[in-house]
Amino acid sequence: MIHARGLTREFKVKKETVTAVAGIDLDVEAGQLVAFLGPNGAGKSTTLRMLTTLLPPTSGTATVAGHDVASHPAAVRLRIGYVGQKNSAGENFLVRDELVTQGRCYGLSIRDAAARADELLDLLDLRPLARRKPGTLSGGQRRRLDIALGLIHRPGLLFLDEPSTGLDPKSRADIWQHILRLRETFGTTLFLTTHYLEEADNMAERVVIIDGGRIIADGTAERLKNDLAGDHITITTSTEREARTAARIGDGTATGTTVRLQVPNAAAALPDYLRTLDGAGIKVTTAETARPTLDDVFLALTGRSLTDDDIPA
Amino acid sequence: MTTFLRDTTTVFSREVKPSLREPVGLLFEMGQPLLFLFLFGSLLDGTVGSSWQWFVPGILVMMCLTGPLAAGYTLLVELIGGSMERMMVTPLNRTAMLVGRTMKEMIVLLVQAVLIILLALPLGFELHPVGVLTGLVQLVIFGVGLGSLSFVLAIKSAPGGTLFYIVSQSIMFPLLLCSGVLLPLDAAPAWLQTIGYANPVTYVVDAQRALFAGDLANLSVLYGTAAACAVAAVGLYLGNRAMRRGV
Repeated sequence: MIHARGLTREFKVKKETVTAVAGIDLDVEAGQLVAFLGPNGAGKSTTLRMLTTLLPPTSGTATVAGHDVASHPAAVRLRIGYVGQKNSAGENFLVRDELVTQGRCYGLSIRDAAARADELLDLLDLRPLARRKPGTLSGGQRRRLDIALGLIHRPGLLFLDEPSTGLDPKSRADIWQHILRLRETFGTTLFLTTHYLEEADNMAERVVIIDGGRIIADGTAERLKNDLAGDHITITTSTEREARTAARIGDGTATGTTVRLQVPNAAAALPDYLRTLDGAGIKVTTAETARPTLDDVFLALTGRSLTDDDIPA
Repeated sequence: MTTFLRDTTTVFSREVKPSLREPVGLLFEMGQPLLFLFLFGSLLDGTVGSSWQWFVPGILVMMCLTGPLAAGYTLLVELIGGSMERMMVTPLNRTAMLVGRTMKEMIVLLVQAVLIILLALPLGFELHPVGVLTGLVQLVIFGVGLGSLSFVLAIKSAPGGTLFYIVSQSIMFPLLLCSGVLLPLDAAPAWLQTIGYANPVTYVVDAQRALFAGDLANLSVLYGTAAACAVAAVGLYLGNRAMRRGV
């Protein structure tokens, strides 16, 4: 569905060239659900804008839904759907009117566009809002409308730029339910960006991590976590001296009275570790194990946390 | 070509729907021109012959300036929001996006022009049908150019929008004042007249006055039409280029 080679985009900012995306290679097969993960400014949206023909690449190529984005943008546009970060519906227009217009934009007849609009109003539970203006909708309702607009022409590939950002937990869960149902019912290929780590972790079968305009990791969430981060054991001791000894024994790091170790299988390693510490006369006050998160993966790769918003330029 | 027509219809019908749903909005947009018409018209009555004959065409040109500039504003709002981006991802023809929007503005302009003329009739405005019709055609050509230029300005100003406000606010009144829309330039000092001659609006205003007086053979009609066509050509060229480059 997506084949990108050396995809690069530079911007001129006050006579200086800033590389937002630096040579991305990416292949996404039909039917996949890919989460594109990275801190703010990593190049997520720029990549998405290139793949959706909104922005011409500075260099490199991308074939999306069978057509080159630079030489045949119209053919790509016909086959993909795009749900941007901002609200897709115009403020002056009624919900159903915007859906019909969107269908007309893809060349549907007025009758077909109207029928399809009604179908989507039902599919995304928007029926009672058909004659409202977008400004009167809640955040979750607006997001459902955005998705409906992206689906009007039944695209085989749907791009979503941060579909759940800024929504309350219930609306987020609701949006996800709709996204996952799309996939089950229509086999739609989904490519989405998110900065909610747990979403990428739970929902996507494949996670692509981007940082500084480059792809730094690509695989299932499970594999990335096992390969790159591993489990953690955290214990606390009563004194800092004991903590330092415990850290030396387990090959971990001590901070105050807290010791943290990285191990392949924490649940199996913890009893052994506690016995060894007991033998060394160290009194352990608390002990816990933790599965890694995608943030741990990012931390292991870059030395920074994904949740930090300040990206070094 | 058929897709172009279809896409133009799509954009036009999207844009025109809110105006049809709330036609009262058209009257509110006309508030300022109407105020000017009645205040200045009453003030100038007698000084420039029949003030209505002189003033109505000027007010129409003024609407032709304010309307299209407001059109750029609506595009800017859509550029700052996500709705323009959403349309840019569809195969919708880029030129059709420009033409459809401009067509809607022209319909609005025509409706408003007819309303103004109807309102001025009982005040003593003398109707020369052929001249008025020719004048309206010229206004539409001029408006197409101004509308396109305003869309270009909106596209250049996105995503911030500040540029749009600065330029549209600072350009509006100089254009109006140096064109003789509100006060005749005949009595103006030489330097002001020189500025007036460099302003395309001046030629359109002169032509409109001649046409609304039924004086179709007046040379100013030719100059005004040339000025309107030139603005339309430049506007459509730049507008089309800006739309095609993507937003």
